[in-house]
Amino acid sequence: MSTTEATLALAVFLASAVEMVEALTIVLATGATRGWRSAIEGSAAGVGLLAVLVAVVGVPLVRYVPIATLRVVVGALLLVLGLSWLRQAILRASGHRAPHDEDQVYSDTVARLRDRSGHASPAAGRRDALGFVVSFKAVLLEGMEVVLIVLSLGASAHRLGLAAASAAAAVIVVGFVGVLIARQLSVIPENIVKMAVGIMLTSFGVFWVAEGMGLRWPGGDLAVPVLIAGFVVVGGIAMAWMRTLRAPPPHAVTLVDRRGIGR
Amino acid sequence: MRRAVVAFGRFWWNFLIGDTPELFVGTLLVVGAACLLRHDRTAGLTVVVALTVVFLLASTYRGCRTAIRPAPVDKPRP
Repeated sequence: MSTTEATLALAVFLASAVEMVEALTIVLATGATRGWRSAIEGSAAGVGLLAVLVAVVGVPLVRYVPIATLRVVVGALLLVLGLSWLRQAILRASGHRAPHDEDQVYSDTVARLRDRSGHASPAAGRRDALGFVVSFKAVLLEGMEVVLIVLSLGASAHRLGLAAASAAAAVIVVGFVGVLIARQLSVIPENIVKMAVGIMLTSFGVFWVAEGMGLRWPGGDLAVPVLIAGFVVVGGIAMAWMRTLRAPPPHAVTLVDRRGIGR
Repeated sequence: MRRAVVAFGRFWWNFLIGDTPELFVGTLLVVGAACLLRHDRTAGLTVVVALTVVFLLASTYRGCRTAIRPAPVDKPRP
């Protein structure tokens, strides 16, 4: 396995793991509230649909779209996604944005499901439409970004199978860990993983946009780890810089709120 | 059918633009710069990397300035 393939597999694995942790929180809340049978069936249906999407969209992409075009388009998509994740992780790490709290998401989901149904969970082992739909949608929505990452990274490197296998491994690992630690998904350092994925996606994005345009990197594929190292440094500098910027005084909050900015 | 099309369009809008339109514009500029400088390898690679770093820092700075208070915790999307 080459350096690029190893990095690709790691990027897909970590990205899938982050998204699956978010989906798993809702699935666990649904299972605890509406019964495990429907929650598991809904999740399985969501994962199945995502796998079909990868096969239906990914195989024609690899076979029929010219590789240079594919790399530019995919590189641009990865740049948008990677920069967005990296920006979010930097803002959270520097204290300018609240961290994603899985415990809070779990509590909110349980409360909302109880409010919606107005009664306790259905009898054990019976199917529940609400539980099925909530789990299905959670897995599908969180998994869409994973599908995009699998398709883009897999198709650009012509290693769709490797990318899909890495995502599947992440689903299995997160599912297994989720069962073991149950509700305590908040112990997973999500922001660090998100920052690592953001750095890798951004690096692949830059690499493939240039490659697709015919700009050859010195060292070929070895440029990817160099780009990753460079963006680690940039991320660290950005975090240190953002920490030096203080929040505005309380009266400024009112002024800004009235203008509707920052919501 | 209409709902599905709207949902599909909303997904792509949120994915590509969302609350960070500057990253979308920045990515287009990176691609444009790579295209313009594709015959000059050194300049092309340098500009592509530099523009990416500049847009990341600018967007993060913008996010920092507009974050006047900690944002609410992400809501679940059941």
